[in-house]
Amino acid sequence: MTLIDADASVVPSRGVSLAEPGDYVALLKPRVMSLVMLTAVTGFMVAPGHIHPLLGAVAMLCIAIGAGASGALNMWYDADIDRLMARTAKRPIPLGRIERREALAFGLTLSVFSVVVLGLTVNLVAAGLLAFTIFFYAVIYTMLLKRTTPQNIVIGGAAGAFPPMVGWACSTGTISIESITLFMIIFLWTPPHFWALALFKLKDYGSAGVPMMPNVAGEASTKRQIFAYSLILAPVGVAPYVLGFAGPVYGVASAILGLIFVLHAYRTLKMPDGDVKMVAAKKLFGFSIVYLFTLFALLLGEAVVARAWTMVGA
Amino acid sequence: MTMMIERIRLTEAEARARRKRSIAIGLALVGLVVLFYVITLVKMGAS
Repeated sequence: MTLIDADASVVPSRGVSLAEPGDYVALLKPRVMSLVMLTAVTGFMVAPGHIHPLLGAVAMLCIAIGAGASGALNMWYDADIDRLMARTAKRPIPLGRIERREALAFGLTLSVFSVVVLGLTVNLVAAGLLAFTIFFYAVIYTMLLKRTTPQNIVIGGAAGAFPPMVGWACSTGTISIESITLFMIIFLWTPPHFWALALFKLKDYGSAGVPMMPNVAGEASTKRQIFAYSLILAPVGVAPYVLGFAGPVYGVASAILGLIFVLHAYRTLKMPDGDVKMVAAKKLFGFSIVYLFTLFALLLGEAVVARAWTMVGA
Repeated sequence: MTMMIERIRLTEAEARARRKRSIAIGLALVGLVVLFYVITLVKMGAS
């Protein structure tokens, strides 16, 4: 039997946790969480349904916690390869601040909590979608796909694409063509975004044994696929305007941003073989974040203005 | 029967980390109480 006593002077400490609250926050991947929140809130605000604002806030909190929980489960499972890559080596588990089993317990607890609270307070469709999103990211992507196929982020990208559908379902209790369109934008955006990163982080992924497209199919094939996905993404990005649930500002902006995206993808395609600096791929990666952020920020902005206008009119 | 009790002295860093964790857990619990209370009020109001 062991007692932990701050004042005792018998045995020096051995392995008592040094983890601080900030380490647990890091387990939630707060930067990913913020993008998830933007897309989920957009899905929620664009949707035609209406629920009490406070329950809406609770719903968004549940989605944020669910997204964070899947991040913690990802870090639990990937701790061995995280310590091999410069980009992930400073996460709490590789640093030794949090043990794997603690991350697992933390992730599972938050997963159950977020899904149950969402189901009880909002609706079961949204809760079911959130549960499926967590399962898809933690099990399908992290455990089954990531280390086995270069198509890992193509299929796994669905996990990141579900949040606007969850947000939409929170408001309406349904899945519709509009929410599937929002899903498709993120789903098609994911491969060019991650493959651009993988092009200039090739050695990192290679040393960790993660079969990303560049280190399996080669750089030339990856660049062609990035360009192909960009050609599909650009028109799908305009679809919310075409389908009538986004305004003209979004329509014009999404068309221009889509063209710029394709231009960056084309420059990446034309990078010479053996290019070490990979400036075009880095620019594409940076712009891809701006692209997605701007599309959803515009959709959200238009929805907020439309609701405010309706309230003033009423 | 005698039970051996091994006592551990926390280092300053460990004690500080544990205190911060305790405060965070306390705040989270208070937050949950407020959250469930407000949800209950809204749900009861709606019905």
